Amino acid sequence: MLYTLILGFALFLAGIFAMLTRKNMMKIILGFSIADTGIHIIIVSLGYLKDKTAPIIDSTIKISEATSSVVDPIPSALVLTAIVIGLATTALMLSFVVMMYKKKKSLSINDYQELKC
Amino acid sequence: MINKVLVALALLGLIILIMPIISNFQERTELSELSKKYIEGSINDLKSPNVVTSVIVTYRGLDTLGEVTVLFLATVGVGFLLQKRKKGKSKKDAPENLKTTSSFLAAMIMILGIYIFTHGHLSPGGGFQGGVIIASGFLLLLLSDINMKINHSILQAVESLSGVLYVGLGVIGLILTIGFLNSNILPLGEFGQLFSAGAIPLIYSLIGLKVGSELTNIIETMGGE
Repeated sequence: MLYTLILGFALFLAGIFAMLTRKNMMKIILGFSIADTGIHIIIVSLGYLKDKTAPIIDSTIKISEATSSVVDPIPSALVLTAIVIGLATTALMLSFVVMMYKKKKSLSINDYQELKC
Repeated sequence: MINKVLVALALLGLIILIMPIISNFQERTELSELSKKYIEGSINDLKSPNVVTSVIVTYRGLDTLGEVTVLFLATVGVGFLLQKRKKGKSKKDAPENLKTTSSFLAAMIMILGIYIFTHGHLSPGGGFQGGVIIASGFLLLLLSDINMKINHSILQAVESLSGVLYVGLGVIGLILTIGFLNSNILPLGEFGQLFSAGAIPLIYSLIGLKVGSELTNIIETMGGE
């Protein structure tokens, strides 16, 4: 699926662009989420096989022809892992931002220069 | 100005890295050897119709254990950063019809979640998806009633018990010398039945309970802010 691959890369680049240019920390996290989604679309589209169905062997698939009628199951499993970890890291980042906002009442990344030397 | 040039350079470099992947892309027509082995093994050795589930729970079981650990660490981090403040009881009570309807709907949503994680080896879905649906039921309750309290000790007990039992099922495989987190520790049963595929439904239900309680914990701590 060339088009979904291009879409995935476009989302990835858009997310990286947002992370590099925005000053608001919430928008940086949004950019991270967009890039994350783009990578998921890339991995799933790399595992796609033309005219094949989902890797669930039910009554519509003959068991003897199972290997020739389903898409690759490994990218789907990897993306499931990646989605859960993306969710966990996003929740952690958001709670860091909440803490930082409580300290300084500002969401701009320019107000937090203590780590710069 | 220099910032914009650097950003443009970084994006250009990424595009140059990406271009060969897109221009050399060819539609795949055949599965790799590993995927074929997984599909055949899932049908013959594990008797689980959903191949993605058997990859996640059995073939890559150690990965999933790590993933659950990452989720647990994130929950601990969120709970540590956002310590709960005592919120005063809000005077405004939620309307009666909103409370009644949402508790009725939440029960249905949680039953759907349980259905999804117990049928993870038969139909699309599984522990992670079912856990997220259960957490969304709790989210509905928290949104509709501002004074809603969730008992933290029950949540923590469910979470730790399911985590311990998950690792325990893996260790049983070691004791029986089949392999860590191998699902053949229980009888395989008939292909396509609910009680089949060895320990896969059991392991996925434990993962579902763990993910559900962890996400409920995250939602509740963040909602307190």
